[in-house]
Amino acid sequence: MSLSHFITLSLILCAIGVYGILTRRNLIGILLSVEVILNGANINFAAFAHFKAADPTAGAIFPIFVMAVSACEMAVALAIIISMYRQKKRLDVYRLEELNG
Amino acid sequence: MCIAWRNLMADFIFTHSYLIQAFPLLSFVIIGLGMTKAGKDTVKTIALILSALSMIYALLTALTYLFTVIGQPQLYPDRSLICFNLAWLNFSQNLTADMGIYLDPISVMMIVVITVISFLVNVYSVGYMKDDPGFNRFFPLMALFSFSMLGLVISSNILQMFVFWELVGVSSYALIGFWYEKPSAVAASKKAFVVTRFADAFFLIGILIVSFYSNSFDFQTLNSPETAAMLNKNYLFVSLPVNLLTLATLLIFAGGWGKSAMFPLHIWLPDAMEGPTPVSSIIHSATMVVAGVYLTARMFPLFAASETTLAVIQFVGAFTAVFAAVIAITQMDIKRILAFSTLSQLGYMLFSLGVAKVVTTGHHDGGINQLGYSAAMYHVFTHAFFKCMLFLGAGSVIHAVHSNDIMKMGGLKTLMPKTYWSLLAACLAIGGVFPFSGFWSKDAILLAALQSGHNFTFLVGLITGGLTAFYMFRFFFLTFHGQPRSEFHDVREDPWMTIPIVILTVPTVTAGLLEHFFVSQVTVATLAEGGHFAHPGWLPFVASAAAFSGIALAWILYGRGKIERAAVLQRAAGSLYTVVYNKFYIDEGYLFITHKIIFRWIATPIKWVDRTVVDGTINLCGWLLQLGGRGVRFAQNGQLHFYLGVTVIGFVMLLFLGK
Repeated sequence: MSLSHFITLSLILCAIGVYGILTRRNLIGILLSVEVILNGANINFAAFAHFKAADPTAGAIFPIFVMAVSACEMAVALAIIISMYRQKKRLDVYRLEELNG
Repeated sequence: MCIAWRNLMADFIFTHSYLIQAFPLLSFVIIGLGMTKAGKDTVKTIALILSALSMIYALLTALTYLFTVIGQPQLYPDRSLICFNLAWLNFSQNLTADMGIYLDPISVMMIVVITVISFLVNVYSVGYMKDDPGFNRFFPLMALFSFSMLGLVISSNILQMFVFWELVGVSSYALIGFWYEKPSAVAASKKAFVVTRFADAFFLIGILIVSFYSNSFDFQTLNSPETAAMLNKNYLFVSLPVNLLTLATLLIFAGGWGKSAMFPLHIWLPDAMEGPTPVSSIIHSATMVVAGVYLTARMFPLFAASETTLAVIQFVGAFTAVFAAVIAITQMDIKRILAFSTLSQLGYMLFSLGVAKVVTTGHHDGGINQLGYSAAMYHVFTHAFFKCMLFLGAGSVIHAVHSNDIMKMGGLKTLMPKTYWSLLAACLAIGGVFPFSGFWSKDAILLAALQSGHNFTFLVGLITGGLTAFYMFRFFFLTFHGQPRSEFHDVREDPWMTIPIVILTVPTVTAGLLEHFFVSQVTVATLAEGGHFAHPGWLPFVASAAAFSGIALAWILYGRGKIERAAVLQRAAGSLYTVVYNKFYIDEGYLFITHKIIFRWIATPIKWVDRTVVDGTINLCGWLLQLGGRGVRFAQNGQLHFYLGVTVIGFVMLLFLGK
């Protein structure tokens, strides 16, 4: 198991996430894809900290920080999605275009 | 000491003479802006009080003027003063336009006439308009009208006069079209505005020429002999020698030509009858139409320097006088008869100004006969009162009978006695019967024509006098004598309406007493008198004979309030009658020229160029921009997916290109 394996894994996760965002029409699916991208980035942080850094703790802090922020973001995003669903009864992003200029 | 104190007082009154004009303006602003929804009683009270204040101050100013300026010729040799002056526009260092108040015999005479008549018409309107839904709109417009006219007469320079000149036009437009739901009223107000505006364009060009050469707008400078001498040059215009003085004065006179409705620009005045009768009354007596005569009198010293201009004025005036009188004979609409009589009387005033130039013979050297000027102003004065009264009386009759057609009237003598007797006085005055006011002013005009040697014009004036008496009494007998020719319901005389008419009888009957004053004081002080003139004693008798023969003929034909005898004559005249009845088809001629010639051959090609060439260029620009916009808009579709996809592709491309 070398560094390049981890980087490949994180690249794959990021690509899956981007693919998900581009193809999903459902808001929740898009949200999940965003999470996958973030986790891919986290693996990158952890891998570089483990293999390259002099002090591995600094590298471990960043994934935890990202997880905390994404948890908050998830809470806010879910709240928006739920209220939107209550109002519109649908979560298709192509049809939610009230704010389209 | 006493004189010094008196002059101090006079100074105070003169300094505040702007108040004459300020009161009507105040009335316009208060009622027009603040009280459109207020009760009729409030509106009425404010309008009448402010109008009365304006009148009182005008009378006070006139009295002061009489005592200090006329009474002290050593202090005021040219009988004029500028009692209020503000710098208004600075065009260049040498050329400024002021806002001032210029008092001289004619402007003082006019402020008295305007404010008195305006007040009386306001009183009358309270009765006339009491059931009209536009009551609250009417009084501010009337106030604006008298404000504009007052501004016009007291202007100290020609540019200021032009501003008020246009204001008079605008307010008359609003008042003629007062009943705007009637298409004919709208058409009439448009006609009045367009015709007078057409003439005003020439007026403005005239102002520009004159002020360009004299470097001033002030009347005092413009009327000085130096200006006339400076302008008196010949220029070659398209191989035609043009005298600049004649050209400029004729252009200025063109403004008066339209405003005073002289032939062939007279067409708007009979149609202006579409407005409420008080409006017609004030237009025909004190405001609007006399503005043209007033302008001619105001610029008279400059006009008098050009013989051609005065000849044109004289010819136009005399022709309109007789032309309108002939048409008036055949008209059936009570207000149209009066409108044509106004045209005819305005013709009198203008030719009187025109005949002030003495015919050049071996005897005289073609100087100026001041009587022409004084007589014209005197006739403006007397005419204002009796014409105002005639219109107010006609309005009362219309109000009672609910018709304008004199064929539907008759026998109103017993039903409307006050109106009957007042109108009799007015008809006698306009007909020129001794000792009513019209006799004196017309006599002065005829005398001026005779003295200056314009015998043909004199003859035209004399004949017109006879015609005037005839058609006025035709109107009078058909309205009041004989048996009623239709059913009248509930004919009453409203005191609001009869009182002004009865009051106006006083100046109508007694204004003759002022003849000597006018002839001696209302003159142009800066112009030299052109010598002594004979005063033929037979003239008053000839003039009276013309008037009486007109009245007698009217009595024979219509005296019993019957029209059978007239109908015989009418049939005998045949097509001639039809031509006159249709006002010589002048209106139709204008319609032909405007619709068939100007619209079709000039306006249509211009319209085509506008629609295809001008609009086409603009549309092409718009179309090109839209095309570009469509390309840009494709990228801006608002879908995050699309943006993200483009970003990823771009990122990948950068990665590969970076290698």
